[in-house]
Amino acid sequence: MSLTRDGIAYRVACDLPEGSYVNLGIGIPTLVSGYIPAGKDVFFHSENGILGMGALAQPGHEDPDLINAGKQYVTLNPGASFFDHPTSFSMIRGGHINFAVLGALEVAANGDMANWRTPGEKVPGVGGAMDLAFGAKNVLVTMTHVTNKGKPKILNKCSLPLTAPHCVKRIYTDMAVVDVTPEGLVLREFAPGLDPQTVQSKTEAPLRVAADCKEMNVPPKFHAAQPTT
Amino acid sequence: MVNKTLATVTEAVAPVFDGATILLGGFGDPGLPGQILEALRLQGAKNLTVVHNGSGGGTHSLGGLIHDGKVKKLIASFPSNPGNQSFQERYLKGEVELELVPQGTLAERIRAAGSGLGGFFTPTGAGTDLAAGKESRVIDGREMIFERALHADFAFVRAYRGDRLGNLNYRMAMRNFNVPMCTAAKHVVAEVDELVPVGSIDPENVHTPGIFVDHVVQVARHPEYLKITTEGR
Repeated sequence: MSLTRDGIAYRVACDLPEGSYVNLGIGIPTLVSGYIPAGKDVFFHSENGILGMGALAQPGHEDPDLINAGKQYVTLNPGASFFDHPTSFSMIRGGHINFAVLGALEVAANGDMANWRTPGEKVPGVGGAMDLAFGAKNVLVTMTHVTNKGKPKILNKCSLPLTAPHCVKRIYTDMAVVDVTPEGLVLREFAPGLDPQTVQSKTEAPLRVAADCKEMNVPPKFHAAQPTT
Repeated sequence: MVNKTLATVTEAVAPVFDGATILLGGFGDPGLPGQILEALRLQGAKNLTVVHNGSGGGTHSLGGLIHDGKVKKLIASFPSNPGNQSFQERYLKGEVELELVPQGTLAERIRAAGSGLGGFFTPTGAGTDLAAGKESRVIDGREMIFERALHADFAFVRAYRGDRLGNLNYRMAMRNFNVPMCTAAKHVVAEVDELVPVGSIDPENVHTPGIFVDHVVQVARHPEYLKITTEGR
């Protein structure tokens, strides 16, 4: 068993406290905003100058001047604001963004993260990934636990060029929730139907099992029979 | 009477010379001066250095300028945006140079130039491949790298409303790079949806004060930028 992509996003959403300012990267992170319960104030930031971003715009209701950093048409929540790029990245680098939820290709045991250069890419692009990884107060990573070839993505050392060293606080995958601590990786939760040994077998870096390590509390609709790719 | 308005985008790009450095505003479509870009393609200046978040898409606007072989160097954060065929083609043939800059660093380098600063130390990029060749220093216990101010000969942006004094107002996500870019070039032109009488932009809503702007030209948006699409451009 494991979690669906939406299940990973749901699990992240459970951890975002009321009042937090959050930047969501593309991919699984984008799904997180859909799982913030009504009435819980969480403010979503977009690099291109929006705070208080709402859901994606419905077809026929797009505004050409209102896009997110992934160039998707979006909406606003009450209390939203617009600003320019220097202000937007002051929010990021200045540590005002409480959580950056980012996709990653690899995370190392010491919190190093690689997500900006893929093997075989033709044109490199960094966008706001480095600013977020260096600047956000807490960097949360969402990713599948293993590659589509079944190789671990949580490693002793990253093989790809780093986005930022020592930046990741917590990793959410389809199999586990893992904390990065000064003493190494700590397994907090495992997906329904798994156990710590199975998670370790899919993880290159050693995991210490937390004393209160438990099965994730995620509704059955987010359970997947096969590992998520 | 001061009058910074121009009648056409052709006049707006007339002073651009071969080898010029151009700050090109916009992030995605909002704030992108699509009409000025098309005029620039016709104007013919070449060996340009263009500073923009992405690399344009397709074979129009920045993609068109690159397609035409007018761009010598691109300074960008996300040139790998979808739909970047023109850039990808020339980049892989070695016909256009790329300086890759993290997005926040790009914005701040432009802001620094417009603010009379030589540059700044930032943690972004320290210890990564993008720190290569840059001065590094530990400040308050954190490794930082030096990033230089980024000046230009021209800045071209799009705003929502403008007046003959050069005051600009943006709508929604149009502000992005445009606000700093207007401060950092020798010659700044904004194309606007609407040229309005002086005084009709509430002083509270002037996002770029006229001191930074040389010319304003009213022109309908390029039709390409009114299309709703999920493809980057």
